[in-house]
Amino acid sequence: MASIEVDGKSFEVDEEGYLEDLTTWVPEIAGVMAKLDDAELTDAHWEVINFLREYYEEYQIAPAVRVLTKAIGKKLGKDKGNSKYLYELFPYGPGKQACKYAGLPKPTGCV
Amino acid sequence: MSDAKKFMYINRKAPYGTIYAWESLEVVLIGAAFDQEVSLAFVDDGVYQLMKGQDTTEVGIKNFSPTYAALGDYDVNKIYIEKESLEARGLTLDDLQHLVWEDEDEDWAEKDSIRVVTSAELAEIFEQQDITLSF
Repeated sequence: MASIEVDGKSFEVDEEGYLEDLTTWVPEIAGVMAKLDDAELTDAHWEVINFLREYYEEYQIAPAVRVLTKAIGKKLGKDKGNSKYLYELFPYGPGKQACKYAGLPKPTGCV
Repeated sequence: MSDAKKFMYINRKAPYGTIYAWESLEVVLIGAAFDQEVSLAFVDDGVYQLMKGQDTTEVGIKNFSPTYAALGDYDVNKIYIEKESLEARGLTLDDLQHLVWEDEDEDWAEKDSIRVVTSAELAEIFEQQDITLSF
């Protein structure tokens, strides 16, 4: 079992780097995961990460990219609800990468 | 889109005794990423899948009932409940979740996704489908 170190604590992740137990998530995990991807988290990233966590809390699934894009557009404005904006923030794929930082499973429908 | 096929997912089983309900929901969510016209039907014990206030803590299974509320986000907004199945179980529409979708073209107006139909009406709807999957 792989794991990552965050502030001296160890968190189990699967072979793709997704957190095994989403209830153990703390915001610092996102920062450490981003560093492993050579990325730096800005407020814009956090908007998406927090949105995903709220979505999961409500619906018990990580949304597909298309759904995420539409929902972000509705909540944060049309200028952010497009795949160009989201892919600039998360070049590995807004669904996959942002969900990973948010401690969620890989989005349902992500193939 | 002209080559979009009409998919009907028929749900007949109670939510937690078997894996069918969750499998069906997952297939629907995955399939919704493609250009298809998706409908869901809930008949027989399948109507229990949409019951309000589900609590699975005693059975140790994830309560996936909140996920049905996400169907609207996936543009799945044709959800048919068979009237006879509801009545045979002493249920009414009020016992089920209120599922809605938001119409982006009408300033995100909320619209009902669920329609209660008779067995005969449902048979006609089934007739119009290109592909039917039964769970």
